[in-house]
Amino acid sequence: MLTDEAGRGANQATEPANNVQNPRRTGGDLVQLLSPSGERISHPEFDLWISDVSDEQLCSFYEDMVVIRRIDAEATALQRQGELALWPPLLGQEATQIGSGRALRSDDFVFPTYRDNGVAYCRGVPVPDLVRAWRGNALFGWDPYRYNIATQQIMIGSQSLHATGYAMGIQDDGADSVAVAFFGDGATSEGDVNEAMVFAASFQAPVVFICQNNHWAISEPVLLQSHVQLADRASGFGIPSMRVDGNDVLAVLSATRIALDRARKGGGPTFIEALTYRMGPHTTADDPTRYRDPNELEDWAAKDPIARLRALLDRKGLLSDELEARVKARADAVAAELRNGCINMPEPAPLDVFKHVYSEENSWIERQKDHYTRYLESFSGSAQEGAH
Amino acid sequence: MSQLTFARAINAGLRKALDNDPKVVLMGEDIGKLGGVFRVTDGLQKDFGTHRVVDTPLAESGIIGTAVGLAYRGYRPVCEIQFDGFIYPAFDQIVSQVAKMHYRTQGTVKMPITIRVPFGGGIGSPEHHSESPEAYFTHTSGLRVVSVSNPQDAYTMIQQAIASDDPVLYFEPKRRYHDKGEVDEALALDRALPMGSARVAAGGSDVTLVAYGPLVKTALDAALAAADEGVSIEVIDLRSLAPVDYPTVEASVRKTGRLVITHEAAQSGGLGAEIAASITERCFNYLEAAPVRVTGFDVPYPYSKLEMHHLPDLDRILDGVDRALGRPNSLSGLEG
Repeated sequence: MLTDEAGRGANQATEPANNVQNPRRTGGDLVQLLSPSGERISHPEFDLWISDVSDEQLCSFYEDMVVIRRIDAEATALQRQGELALWPPLLGQEATQIGSGRALRSDDFVFPTYRDNGVAYCRGVPVPDLVRAWRGNALFGWDPYRYNIATQQIMIGSQSLHATGYAMGIQDDGADSVAVAFFGDGATSEGDVNEAMVFAASFQAPVVFICQNNHWAISEPVLLQSHVQLADRASGFGIPSMRVDGNDVLAVLSATRIALDRARKGGGPTFIEALTYRMGPHTTADDPTRYRDPNELEDWAAKDPIARLRALLDRKGLLSDELEARVKARADAVAAELRNGCINMPEPAPLDVFKHVYSEENSWIERQKDHYTRYLESFSGSAQEGAH
Repeated sequence: MSQLTFARAINAGLRKALDNDPKVVLMGEDIGKLGGVFRVTDGLQKDFGTHRVVDTPLAESGIIGTAVGLAYRGYRPVCEIQFDGFIYPAFDQIVSQVAKMHYRTQGTVKMPITIRVPFGGGIGSPEHHSESPEAYFTHTSGLRVVSVSNPQDAYTMIQQAIASDDPVLYFEPKRRYHDKGEVDEALALDRALPMGSARVAAGGSDVTLVAYGPLVKTALDAALAAADEGVSIEVIDLRSLAPVDYPTVEASVRKTGRLVITHEAAQSGGLGAEIAASITERCFNYLEAAPVRVTGFDVPYPYSKLEMHHLPDLDRILDGVDRALGRPNSLSGLEG
């Protein structure tokens, strides 16, 4: 007899969808440095790693989060207006992405998912490049080596192995940079994520696994993926883990710095579970009202990552009109850059379909390209007339 | 020139690649101290260290997935998949990542990964140890697929595969590992036949017989036997399965007017079908008869006491040759 709390098959249908039950707790406490009301909570260890964060940096994190939320809104609007085929919103996950993204060094290398546009923004990726793939103008938007961030992986969890392999390369090079894999709660069920943790532990590779537990893998609640807290899975691989409030930019920043430092010093991999919430749909094609209770959304709205940092700034007397105006101006400018870059993106040429399949010339591709070229040419000039 | 077994020839090629390029890294299960279950990597970890010759955990997707990361970092990983049937857990990483990365990144990220796969039957193995999965990979654009048939090619082509900036599936006929042959270890790669070229292994004028990997030797034996009966078979060792060197096959078929293709892999959707179709398209007017396929059956690889029925052998190949020539054969009188 199954004692599956997630409920399988028929059981699942009878369960109310209004409450995301947390998987069974077996490990450490949730680390929170900033309460939902913006109160700074002290922590004996995690505080040490953010003691250098200045008022100015707090303001810049606030700006970052507002900007990426604006990018998200603008891209969603572009999708609704038919300019993008699809968009995967990160709404609600801003603190996780900015807290981790801003902890990285430029020579660290990120292996992200399609939803990690905030991380890509931190790496300096031009914003129109974020929508290049969703507009259908490329399979992927930018040169990974230019910003040290790999392609945004669509296959769930595959990139965790790429990050681990990259980290093995860092190790062989004797460098002290770190590879960082981002993935979600659903990915922890994939074999590749588990294999990545096996390899990372065996070789003590300098890799950080950042699991954004946003509670939903499309329509599947996290309890369907795991009956223990995701962070606790790491101990089975011999990998130290942390569980932090993913809507708390300071907690995420601190945890990421701890993990990066350990990796740089030869201490091997770390697993961070950042507890957050996907406030929007899985993508613009999804309809979460079919599987989520609005009350749940309300609960999480009260824990909003931007509102809480804004409250901290207010408590500290940093929330001036000038700051608000500056942040708004920046968000407006980035949104305009995104929109203009998207709408004016150059169209690909028909024969680009054959480009870059191989790095060396390939006789099969060359022949098909030649034939298709002739086919296209048959529609022009005398060939077309001859066909009439 | 030295006399080397097939396995030693690959070993020598790997050693040379490791010597020549510090970015070459070997990875796989049991390839270190043991030297691989077929001893192909024998002694390499001892000489190049555990960071260049890496014993990995038992996870094929993990091997290929971490190789992708190493390639991202500028390394040239050479992965050993212990047996053909063990490649499927890595299929997703090969097809969705290795094959597509160059296209996905518009040529920015190269995947110079070589995946060595001992393949094919004939050694009396249990299940999952005798398969011929090459067609899955020839159907996947972004990959190059080769299969070697003799120690000299094994030696040079493993180096060419590693030197290629494109990912290469390198299929090794495991039942030929102990066959010996002359190997010119001084042969420079740029003077050797390019990896993408087929080779006329034996000249002939009546029938073109296309083979690769383990069946090249069988095809050559068949050609010798046919010569006794006055039939002249031209044997082409395909070497590259993706892309196929069609000009070489075409030139032969234009001369002979008849085509037989043989492989161990199952017939339907196999490489033989692709070659038959392509050659028919390219030189239909030169064909005197329909192309003939002599292949493994469309069955799961059978238990070892039946494998001699499944695998094309000299007699079945000659029966196919008779069909192509319109001579009496086992299917005489059957329509189609």
